[in-house]
Amino acid sequence: MTTQVQITDEILVEEPLLSARQVTMQFGGLTAVNKVDLDIHPGEIVGLIGPNGAGKTTFFNCLTGMYQPTAGQVLFAGAVLPPQPRKVAVAGVARTFQNIRLFHNMTALENVMVGRYARTKTNAIEAILRLPRHRREEAETREVAQQWLDFVGLGDAAESLSRNMPYGDQRRLEIARALALEPKLLLLDEPTAGMNPQETREAEELITRIRGLGMAVLVIEHDMRFIFSLCDRVACLVRGEVLIDDVPEVVQNDPRVIEAYIGSPVDMPGEQEEAPRPDVSTLAPSKPVLEFPPNAINPIIGHRTKPGGRKDA
Amino acid sequence: MDLLIQQLINGLSLGALYALIAVGYTVVYGIVQLINFAHGEVFMMGAFGSYTTWMLMGSPTNLSIGVALGLVLPAMILGGVLVSVGTALLMERFAYRPLRNAPRLAPLISAIGLSIGLQEAVRLFYGQIPGFPDSRRAIPFPVIEGLTGRSIQVGGVTIQHSAIFTLGALLICAALLWWFVNKTRMGRAMQATSQDADTARLMGINVDKAIATAFAVGAALAAVAGVAHGLRYNNIDFQMGFMAGMKAFTAAVLGGIGNINGAVVGGLVLGIVEAMATTYIPGQFGSSAWKDVWAFAILILVLVFRPQGLLGAKVVDRA
Repeated sequence: MTTQVQITDEILVEEPLLSARQVTMQFGGLTAVNKVDLDIHPGEIVGLIGPNGAGKTTFFNCLTGMYQPTAGQVLFAGAVLPPQPRKVAVAGVARTFQNIRLFHNMTALENVMVGRYARTKTNAIEAILRLPRHRREEAETREVAQQWLDFVGLGDAAESLSRNMPYGDQRRLEIARALALEPKLLLLDEPTAGMNPQETREAEELITRIRGLGMAVLVIEHDMRFIFSLCDRVACLVRGEVLIDDVPEVVQNDPRVIEAYIGSPVDMPGEQEEAPRPDVSTLAPSKPVLEFPPNAINPIIGHRTKPGGRKDA
Repeated sequence: MDLLIQQLINGLSLGALYALIAVGYTVVYGIVQLINFAHGEVFMMGAFGSYTTWMLMGSPTNLSIGVALGLVLPAMILGGVLVSVGTALLMERFAYRPLRNAPRLAPLISAIGLSIGLQEAVRLFYGQIPGFPDSRRAIPFPVIEGLTGRSIQVGGVTIQHSAIFTLGALLICAALLWWFVNKTRMGRAMQATSQDADTARLMGINVDKAIATAFAVGAALAAVAGVAHGLRYNNIDFQMGFMAGMKAFTAAVLGGIGNINGAVVGGLVLGIVEAMATTYIPGQFGSSAWKDVWAFAILILVLVFRPQGLLGAKVVDRA
């Protein structure tokens, strides 16, 4: 019996939920995403980092069907994802946006209800004739939407017009709307952008609880402390290519990641040939160069890059 | 005093007709930011659809009020709705959807082409059907017992039965529409699409279906207006959609394009203004020949001084 269970576990862990294979996205002569391979397993939190313009959001758009990759393919639960956002959503991939895109003139509850419609069935005719199924589903939709609002901590804000809500609440509402789709994979595009440290910690706790529901999460973020404490695995994208894809401890000590973020002597003009390669031995994992003590300025970013954002205490 | 009330009632019933058509402009504009200039022809097709239904029922006349109102009228409305909704859906599918990402001007030109095409199709071919009247001139609309003929006298005020029908139809349609848009799954999907179509898609909403539904809803109300128009003026013709469509468009802009309540209010206000202008403006400027001038003068004034309309247009507020 025990072995059988282990085998089952093994299969669950081995079979990726989402598998990007050699995904390439070109805009004219510009290759925004170049041959990206990325696997995400059920229940896993994967971080996607990289400097601005590395192609992270473009890669997200390839995963959600907003862009059709010029080469390569995205497998989700074993099937190729169609390049149609609606079908991707129905298949079980939901996302949030870097710049919040709520339905501004709807209440919080209505926003979440819209997220749930992919899981309900009544059509316009049934609604007009007020058939029982429509009434039942409508009531159920409302109830489930309220539960998702409670889950993200916005239970009391159900009737607020979303455009009037505070910024941090709007971010959480976007997550609630995505959760209402009951996705197997949740894509979060900079969920803590512009948040203060308190809100960032809450977001971290929320994402951990989302994993507790059995969903996998792929998160783009510039806040390294957030990424390295939250994720099971981190992939670093630089100029459209995956530089490294490994556990946080390895990624945060990889010299190439540091180079990508803060540059290296190799890039100095005039000394490209003679410039010494970074001495990898001094950057060995046993002697971490990147530590993130609380309240330290993040050495990778070096400074806060988000305007109008965090005000550290 | 009687004259004022009389003109108010005339204006309201005329305005209700405009409002029923104006909703179609505004719903479609709200969701795809397109002025569907062929919507007047959708209204005309609705009127011809209801007339055709009546012909197919064997042109029943001299019915009892019960049969006329309980059977013939609902069948005519249903037939009109089917024809106009069908027209609108075909239009959306084949003339507008392929142009959805084209420059704004392309679907507009397409709409004008459709408008002329539909008028000419009815003018040339409707009368060719054996047994059907010549459509190159006005066709007398069937008499529905209880809705045409004698009118109600209240003091010195005359109320046509058709005016009651039109106002009642507007009330029922507006209530149903409010409920549909705000309380049903598809209505909320339409709202979501109109606020941010890309995000709606990512939330699993079938945006194409939401847009088609907006066209269908507008067409259904236009068909009801088509029947009301037939009852009010006692005849229909292939050109009826042009002026009615222009007036309804004015009403939609007056109320705030994209705003459903605005279309209803704009329609009623425009109707009342027309009725009052023909009564209270002295000399030849108050003659009925000038009423269209006053209607379009209002359109110009609104566009200059309050382009968002009386109740405010739907503002495109995406980031």
